[in-house]
Amino acid sequence: MQNARDLKEYKGELSGALGNEFLRTAMDNFAMAYRVSRAKAFAGMDVDGLVRDIAQAKDQAMARMDELFEEFKTQAERQGVTVHLAKTGQEANEIIGRIAEKAGVKRIVKSKSMTAEETLLNHHLEDLGLEVTETDLGEWIIQLRHEGPTHMVMPAIHLSRYQVAELFSEVTGARQEGDIQKLVKVARRELRAKYAQAEMGISGGNFAIAETGTIALCTNEGNARLVTTLPRVHVALVGLDKLTPTLTDALRVIKALPRNATGQAITSYVTWITGPGECQSSPDGKKEMHVVFLDNGRRKLAKDPVFSQVLRCVRCGACANVCPVYRLVGGHQYGHIYIGAIGLILTYFYHGREKAKNLVQNCINCGACKAVCVGGIDLPRLIKEVHARIQDEEGHPLQSQLLGMVLKSRKMFHALLRSAKAVQKPVTGGTPYLRHLPMIFARGQGFRALPAIAETPFRDRFESIKPKVKGPKLRVALFSGCVQDFVYPEQAEAAVKILAKHNVSVDFPLDQSCCGLPVQMMGEREASRSVAAQNVRAFDLDSCDYILTLCASCASHLKHGYPEILGPDCEGDPGLAATVRQFADRVIDFSSFVHDVLQVEPAEFRADGRKAAYHAPCHLCRGLGVTKAPRELMATGGLEYLPAEEEDVCCGFGGTYSMKFPELSAELLKKKLANIEKTGAELLLTDCPGCIMQLRGGLATKGSPIKVQHVAEALAERLR
Amino acid sequence: MNDKARLADLMAEKAGLVSAIVSRVKSLDEAFAYTLDVCDKKEACQLLPSGCESDLSAGAGALCDAKLGKIIAAPGLPAEAVKALGEACAGRGVGFITQGMRSHLAGIDIGFTIAEAAIAETGTFVLDSRSEELRLATMICEVHVCVVPVSAIRETSFEVEDHLRELCQDAPGYVAFITGASRTADIERVLAIGVHGPLELHILLLED
Ligand code: SF4
Ligand code: SF4
Repeated sequence: MQNARDLKEYKGELSGALGNEFLRTAMDNFAMAYRVSRAKAFAGMDVDGLVRDIAQAKDQAMARMDELFEEFKTQAERQGVTVHLAKTGQEANEIIGRIAEKAGVKRIVKSKSMTAEETLLNHHLEDLGLEVTETDLGEWIIQLRHEGPTHMVMPAIHLSRYQVAELFSEVTGARQEGDIQKLVKVARRELRAKYAQAEMGISGGNFAIAETGTIALCTNEGNARLVTTLPRVHVALVGLDKLTPTLTDALRVIKALPRNATGQAITSYVTWITGPGECQSSPDGKKEMHVVFLDNGRRKLAKDPVFSQVLRCVRCGACANVCPVYRLVGGHQYGHIYIGAIGLILTYFYHGREKAKNLVQNCINCGACKAVCVGGIDLPRLIKEVHARIQDEEGHPLQSQLLGMVLKSRKMFHALLRSAKAVQKPVTGGTPYLRHLPMIFARGQGFRALPAIAETPFRDRFESIKPKVKGPKLRVALFSGCVQDFVYPEQAEAAVKILAKHNVSVDFPLDQSCCGLPVQMMGEREASRSVAAQNVRAFDLDSCDYILTLCASCASHLKHGYPEILGPDCEGDPGLAATVRQFADRVIDFSSFVHDVLQVEPAEFRADGRKAAYHAPCHLCRGLGVTKAPRELMATGGLEYLPAEEEDVCCGFGGTYSMKFPELSAELLKKKLANIEKTGAELLLTDCPGCIMQLRGGLATKGSPIKVQHVAEALAERLR
Repeated sequence: MNDKARLADLMAEKAGLVSAIVSRVKSLDEAFAYTLDVCDKKEACQLLPSGCESDLSAGAGALCDAKLGKIIAAPGLPAEAVKALGEACAGRGVGFITQGMRSHLAGIDIGFTIAEAAIAETGTFVLDSRSEELRLATMICEVHVCVVPVSAIRETSFEVEDHLRELCQDAPGYVAFITGASRTADIERVLAIGVHGPLELHILLLED
């Protein structure tokens, strides 16, 4: 449960988590195992199609939330269920407290419910003097420890068997060993006794099915069946987002949810409860059943044009499973109650700005979560969107405001970069790296060398290298991005060399500026929009067939980010609205262009068979879905490609992220480099100057001989 | 291979993957005999590790002590099946009950049921659990034996949807999809079977 008051305190907690050896190993093992089991579970299935269907059905349902609620209520009440609607978490807790009081309940057993975690239901009931026992093993463990979950599906994933044994020793008053099978059986017995005594059972609900008034529950342990059977009162606490029109919708989600959560084809139990059935412990032989729906902002969310899609979430936890930052720091540092990417967003809506403001900055924008979400939620974008909202509400930090201001004026930005070059001499010591940064810039940055600004930026070199092509077969306009323009102009030059060979004309529109991703990442929406509009206007679409960029991050931002940022109405500039789509359609990354469009052949290159590893930039492999092209190009160019482990996991750069969270960035880089070094490669290729900055800097600091290059450079060097 | 046989094979394969023990029987009588054999073997072996051998707190320990002799519970069977299974149990000296599960919360040896339908692609069977006795029997038993008529097996969950809808509409309803034994991986992600429900699940595919 994240409660840090400010960013400094939060960073302190992150450092603490990084030092937790058990957690780190547990999380690493989990991340690796999950990849494999998820892939296996979905093998042979049309996952994209399934995700699309789920997203569509969920969107349609959420647009009819109130209507579905009424339908459910009518159906359920006809069978004798009392249906409640709570506006807030507090209200839900009070309703449940009153039900307990009226029914003379003293002891309660609960099966897992994230919604009850959201409302902090246990605290409320315990304050009323009721005994509440969680029966899901993981939930019981964290309840005994008085802490919140660290994962939505495996709440106690941060604990070792020895910690559990210690806990159970306390509970049973007898010494328990760290034998997992035995510990589970101890829980079986201890909890069985609790079911036998409880008068009330509280469950969550994975689905509230309107057509039949049915509550459906997915569990592996089967505890929900006992919770809903033995006690004489059953209360289901369900978020309004769990309303779904038909059984078909539920069955569809069940196809994906367990597979995505734990790699299971289905959970051991799926329970469909319609109305209060017989109950021998009740005086009249019939169960008393209540369904409490929780709003807590959901109705408002359903109407939000940007955020309504978060209601598609089925709480599978996968967005945490694949998140490289979650993997480093664990759930107590990566969510307040809801964990992982979706937690970063929901915390703001369900628990408020104070709880969300630090968390939401800790996303490196790698897109791994979005790629696995069964609801197809654009999680990274919404995380940035929350960040931006918080800054709009609280005021923008000076640093990000300044960056926004500077970027909005291309001239000012470029003048600044040029003057930085002029004054950097004393800190480069004549090397291509910044060697002696003044302390305020260098804090925590020692894990990688930072590059110096290039002697002459690409924009100043372009006229002299511009290929003279007569009757070009294609016309390309180059978007360099800041890093290639001012730090690594040689990469763009390498690309120009290859294009010229293929009779492609190249243009470099001088009014282009930073793509705007850094300010977007910092929550400076206004600046981000303004820079995007400037860039779109800088390109004359009539004179180019493609807009080519060698930067994966720029490419994905230009292609997918711009149409979203500039919105359908482009702030009253309908001309721009039409252009931005065309602009985005023309954007292509270097590897795809050379591989798919130019279709280069091995005969064009001098093969030398040097061993090369590859780093797949987040924004290329997930952002643009490009995976084959660069790897095949390595072979075409005559290199021996050696696959590395976790090739598509983030290198830890993330632009401004690595400045804000250097400690986490360094850890990600360490893992990445270890995997690369294991391959035995002498070359490391990639498709993004940002990643190159990070990887080169890390290897230089380590004193490693591995040479890092852009795919374009490796190809250009081998051109015949 | 005809479709029925194919689905039976698929069901057996998928249920096996989640540690269900799948066998084939030709008649209900054969299923009863199988169940009693399991019960016998259970005696021959140690009592299945259900936690009672551990050191427990006083309350939970007392519940263990209350565990009675060997019992097979089979609520919800048709009358003649009750008679047949009851006699078979008596013949082998095993207790047989069809109700009163609440006085056996410490655990019974075997819960015996017949499924409504099954979903082959996940190895799941569908149990109409509206009877509280039946629901409890399948949770407090240490071994759950479920007969799945081959004619009731479908390939996907969508093919049992109409049936599920009927069961839900005929309220109050309580339907269970059961796939493998009760399991958890909540401690260090290590799989452990039988955290709350049965420690073993046997599926008997009945050729009908
Ligand atoms: S984009 Fe990457 S870092 Fe951000 S929440 Fe998703 S997985 Fe985590
Ligand atoms: S946001 Fe997507 S991946 Fe994350 S828990 Fe929800 S459904 Fe699963």
